[in-house]
Amino acid sequence: MSAVTEQRAMRRGGVRALYAGNARAVVGRGLVATRSSNWVVIASGFFEPVFYLLSLGVGLGAFIGTVTDAAGREIPYAAFIAPALLAVSAMNGAIYDSTWNVFFKMNFGKLYEGMLATSLGPLDIALGEILLALFRGAVYGIGFQIVMQLMGLNLSWWALLAVPAVMLIAFGFAAIGMGVTSYFTTFQQMEWIMFVLTPMFMLSATFFPITVYPEPVQWLVMALPLWHGVELVRGLTTGVVGPELLVHVLYYGVMIAAGLAFTTRRLRALFLD
Amino acid sequence: MSSEDRLELRRAAVRPRAFGAWYVTEHHVRIWRRYLGVNVATAIGTPFMFLLAFGIGLGLLVNANAGPGGVDGVSYLVFIAPALIATSAVTIASDEFSYPVMQGLKWNPIYIGMHATPITARQVVDGLVLFVALRVTATTFVYFLIMAAFGGVPAASGVLTVPVATFTALAFGTPLFAYAATLREDRGQFAVVQRVLVLPLTLFSGTLFPLEQLPAFLQPIGWLSPLWHGAELGRVVGYGAERPLWLTAVHLAFLVVLALAGWRLAVRVMRGRLDA
Amino acid sequence: MTVISATDLVKRYGEVAAVDGVSFEVAPGESFGLLGPNGAGKSTTMRMVGAVSTRTAGELTVLGLDPDEFGPEIRARLGVVPQQDNLDNELRVRENLLTYGRYFGLPRRLIAERADELLEFAQLADRGDAKVDELSGGMKRRLTIARALINEPRILLLDEPTTGLDPQARHILWDRLFRLKEQGTTLLLTTHYMDEAEQLCDRLVVVDHGRIMAEGSPAALIRQYSTREVLEVRFGSERNAAAAAALADVGDRLEVLPDRVLVYADDGEAALVEVTARGLQPLTSLVRRSSLEDVFLRLTGRSLIE
Ligand SMILES: Nc1ncnc2c1ncn2[C@@H]1O[C@H](COP(=O)(O)OP(=O)(O)OP(=O)(O)O)[C@@H](O)[C@H]1O
Ligand SMILES: [Mg+2]
Repeated sequence: MSAVTEQRAMRRGGVRALYAGNARAVVGRGLVATRSSNWVVIASGFFEPVFYLLSLGVGLGAFIGTVTDAAGREIPYAAFIAPALLAVSAMNGAIYDSTWNVFFKMNFGKLYEGMLATSLGPLDIALGEILLALFRGAVYGIGFQIVMQLMGLNLSWWALLAVPAVMLIAFGFAAIGMGVTSYFTTFQQMEWIMFVLTPMFMLSATFFPITVYPEPVQWLVMALPLWHGVELVRGLTTGVVGPELLVHVLYYGVMIAAGLAFTTRRLRALFLD
Repeated sequence: MSSEDRLELRRAAVRPRAFGAWYVTEHHVRIWRRYLGVNVATAIGTPFMFLLAFGIGLGLLVNANAGPGGVDGVSYLVFIAPALIATSAVTIASDEFSYPVMQGLKWNPIYIGMHATPITARQVVDGLVLFVALRVTATTFVYFLIMAAFGGVPAASGVLTVPVATFTALAFGTPLFAYAATLREDRGQFAVVQRVLVLPLTLFSGTLFPLEQLPAFLQPIGWLSPLWHGAELGRVVGYGAERPLWLTAVHLAFLVVLALAGWRLAVRVMRGRLDA
Repeated sequence: MTVISATDLVKRYGEVAAVDGVSFEVAPGESFGLLGPNGAGKSTTMRMVGAVSTRTAGELTVLGLDPDEFGPEIRARLGVVPQQDNLDNELRVRENLLTYGRYFGLPRRLIAERADELLEFAQLADRGDAKVDELSGGMKRRLTIARALINEPRILLLDEPTTGLDPQARHILWDRLFRLKEQGTTLLLTTHYMDEAEQLCDRLVVVDHGRIMAEGSPAALIRQYSTREVLEVRFGSERNAAAAAALADVGDRLEVLPDRVLVYADDGEAALVEVTARGLQPLTSLVRRSSLEDVFLRLTGRSLIE
């Protein structure tokens, strides 16, 4: 009994030591750094999904024709793949910001050591980085939505909700990504991240409906976070909206909570122990 | 200094002058071995994943739409297999010739350490190029075997997709190497190069679908892409795709010239960087 | 006979002359030092001698060869300890020695033997399988030095070998360097530390702004540019200047530093008596022997460690 209370007290003390309630300072620094950093870098982030859309939606689309969507309608391949690309780019952006970016700052820039020497705690830094990732994700998401609109790939007004959905996806991946990154010390180890993400990218109903798989494989894919993200965004932009979208949202809610808990624990282990 | 002394001095550098590049390669292999797990897992996992996603998954959609004639006269898997092999080669090259180069010059300056020994700047470059060529060849050979096992590479000449992929990787990689060696500060340049150069050159390169499917204004990007030349060359050897001989010669020449030009440039840049 | 000979050596980076007409000679088995403040051009000189930096002008031979032409031949006979460690952080401690040895074209068996000896020498025998990242700064330094010895070099270039080491580690390192010197290795080293220069160098040059200010053995330099003893007196920061004015003719020479006044005299105690005789009451006083620091102060008007 006393051991439990003691533990609980310690944990509370732990959070206080980790969090100074000042993630804003980190966000502020990030925005200033963004403003003074290379604009080409930022602008180029917008082109990435657009290039994918041109290549896969237009090039491959001409090759494939139409796809049957969840409501049984035949929709152009471009309209099928565009929301998937949007979800994937949210994932990639969040992963980049929370893994490579954080990895660099931890191991090369030594930025965090400088920050931690001030009153900021690791959790301020984690939240700050994640908020920055979300902000960037939203900006890119809006840009991509505009391109989709111009190409006539938004089939419903529900598409307006795609940007918040994208931010949800980004939050989920960023929360987990940071914790995972804290285990890595070299570039090559970082490749494990790609090793996990690439198959998920290729198999999560991004390029084709999962109905092409046998049933057990379908269940497997449906357990993956990206599949929920893709289906959520696709439901909104194609206008096939039903209660199952709430399941996807719930999935991300759990992922965010778990990711934050995990990242906080890792940061404490790294910086305070 | 006696003449005997001089002779002894010369002798000390005979082996490094002859085999220095190979010693550099050995060093890279040793680093590669530190990450054997992820390297081997990726080398084997990637082809299976592409097979599953594109060969089978996407293939169902494409084959259904393309009809019995298939794509370029063959099934979708056979059509994309040589291109996928070349793509995996390019991926390795663009990984090896970007951040690690900056790392070796700046964050963990092992190139500077090498240069303090009898190793010359040229050997530092040659050794890395040789290592990447070896790594790419080994990895794409595994890729080729897996593709062939699933019927992706029907022609007997299909094993030549491996050297073709190696050339493609070097044509793509050595200019990137030269560029990476010029960088003194990381301001996100690689992200930009990756997004505005590597990505379009990969996406608009007739790998997943024939280049002609793209709108006319995007096709020239493919002509400039080593990956398009490599993929087309791979198709010729992979399933005997019918292409005019002159075009095949152009593909080959393009890859060789670009690889050599990038290599030379990398040597020049590296000389400037290492002579401080 | 010389192993290193530099005449009017110049290295320019754009407008900056990092090395601006430096001449010196180093004899076989000699231990030669470059002493100077930050930015003096020490590392630049070392890089030129190490045949990894092309000189802008002047003459330079190392082991009788021109570095611009025979870089690999020269480097095959050098051991280099750069100012900044460039160990391979991705490899383990012993692997660092093995890969480095290969660069000299040595057979693997020989390298393996030497690697074990050198790990012993660097007191890292039990850390052979550790990751380089896990070593302390001082351990990394020792590993870098061990690595530089893998080819049994004739000349060892040491750029600030003991910066960042604790006093004990420095003394151990000095001891190792003495042993190498006894075996006939020529040492060329740079340092900020006067005690290090006095301990290790047979001869040294004082460099500032890319030029040589003085040359000689530590004892000769002290004899030439300073008095036998120095009296250090403190009067409190505001009063030092005024006190110095009153002491102008005490001893051979005066130096007024922000925090103290240095009185150069062959007999420091006598100078102190003279100071009190003039009715001045220093807060603290200290009589010590002259050091290279004093030589440096005399030559450049600046303190060596800023
Ligand atoms: N690669 C370079 N490019 C431009 N300037 C350089 C370069 N290397 C050195 N310098 C300049 O040359 C001068 C001498 O530098 P050097 O590193 O030789 O000094 P040092 O005596 O070794 O100093 P420290 O004690 O700080 O190591 C400095 O002004 C430095 O800024
Ligand atoms: Mg220096």
